[in-house]
Amino acid sequence: MSAVVDETPRVRTLELEIPGWPGHVAGQHVDVRLTAEDGYRAERPYSLASAPGEAPAITIQRLEDGEVSPYLTEDVRPGDRFEVRGPIGGYFVWRPNDGGPLFLAAGGSGVVPLRAILRHRRNSMSEVRARLLYSSRTLEDIIYRAELDGDDVVHTLTRAQPSGWTGYARRVDTGLLREVAWPVEDGPLAFVCGPTSFVETVAAGLIDLGYVPTRIKTERFGATGGR
Amino acid sequence: MEALDGNAIGGMLYQVFGGEMTMAQAVCRRCGARAPLAECAVYLGGPGVVVRCRACHNIVMVLVEVRQMVCVDLSGLSKLEQPE
Amino acid sequence: MTPPAVVSRGFRGRRRDTDVDPARVPPGQSVTSDFPVLSAGATPHTPLDRWTFSIENGGVLRTWTWEEFRALPSEPVTADIHCVTRWSKLDTSWEGVSVDTLLDEVDHDAAYVLALCDGGYTTNLPLEDVTGGKAWVVYTYEGEPLDPEHGGPARLLVPHLYLWKSAKWVRGLRLLDEDEPGFWETHGYHMYGDPWQEQRYSGD
Repeated sequence: MSAVVDETPRVRTLELEIPGWPGHVAGQHVDVRLTAEDGYRAERPYSLASAPGEAPAITIQRLEDGEVSPYLTEDVRPGDRFEVRGPIGGYFVWRPNDGGPLFLAAGGSGVVPLRAILRHRRNSMSEVRARLLYSSRTLEDIIYRAELDGDDVVHTLTRAQPSGWTGYARRVDTGLLREVAWPVEDGPLAFVCGPTSFVETVAAGLIDLGYVPTRIKTERFGATGGR
Repeated sequence: MEALDGNAIGGMLYQVFGGEMTMAQAVCRRCGARAPLAECAVYLGGPGVVVRCRACHNIVMVLVEVRQMVCVDLSGLSKLEQPE
Repeated sequence: MTPPAVVSRGFRGRRRDTDVDPARVPPGQSVTSDFPVLSAGATPHTPLDRWTFSIENGGVLRTWTWEEFRALPSEPVTADIHCVTRWSKLDTSWEGVSVDTLLDEVDHDAAYVLALCDGGYTTNLPLEDVTGGKAWVVYTYEGEPLDPEHGGPARLLVPHLYLWKSAKWVRGLRLLDEDEPGFWETHGYHMYGDPWQEQRYSGD
């Protein structure tokens, strides 16, 4: 691990140096494996936050009773090493040739692979239209906030909003999607990523709006155990 | 606990099958529903990984890591096909 | 040939309580204060007015409704539990009906049982491992009704074996003459599952 970027109080990006890294496709992830001195192992998947051509980076959200995320967000220092398997994934990926317009919906840390897609779109000077709908609990929880600013990003803050906030202030529902998602006539390609309940709600909402099911890609994140 | 999906086990599937599998179309033996593995319901069930058909909840695949070897039971699938 | 693992400086996995008597921790286990939720499928939600518990051997020998089951003599149980995924939790407290109480109501000469559960999960046990005060069907955890995520309304509790034998959402026991592998046993796990002999996988 070569460098650390603190994105929010609970979220950190780790920039990695991976000898022999073959490059990756936007949307892919890696499996991180940690081995303790006594041989104990734990493994978790993390989406690549970087675009193809950029140095590989992963963004991790610290889960309160997590086994791996506290270590990666609090203990790891530049120079530390861990095993990485990948890049992995062929379904939840976007290449400029796949076209659009792109409708990206992120719940919390689900924004990570979508940010890689947006960066790749920008780096490759693609003319494909893209819009990101990003659900976070509070302003402080928005990952990559400075970077994800502009007409093509719509935020909703579900738990608390700063005074003067004029944006959406509720969990994503079909009504919100109707106002934000590209119209069906444009032939959009959707990528939805986040906790399972977010993904199911958004995917169902997009289908209600008439989106073609095979043009809705989903990736569910979750704790691998929890309480 | 809520199910994840086949994306979460992409690495394990790669290891077992020797290639990218999340786009492979799985056909449920019980109900005939067809979906990419990436869209199937995945339960990281502790002792092993259980993959279920989203339409009928039947088990389509079970993966267990036994002494660093992954054993896979595909008996819930009638077909598993890579896309063209 | 796989390259040697890279050890990550300072990684310790689940926080281990260092003031635990090591004699209480089976080999390869770490003590946790969490209670991880691990499952092979969606959480079942059988309404109590449809819940029954049965003992069968091909035909049903005895069935209890929820009211009848709750009217059976019950007892508190405090136990250490050990999951094959390497976490252990000490001094967990439950309340439920001893399996002895349930089996006393049927005539049988079975040598094994298969636990049957909502959602289709099964696990097998020798009869002598669920009798003599070693097993219960529990419906209370830490003084509260057992949460569906943890197997409620009722689960089997057999603390001397790995926790996959303590089947969640249990609805009955099938009496068998011969041992028959249940779900995880069919998929590579040990038929018996003694954590003190680290019997995780078939052949251990």
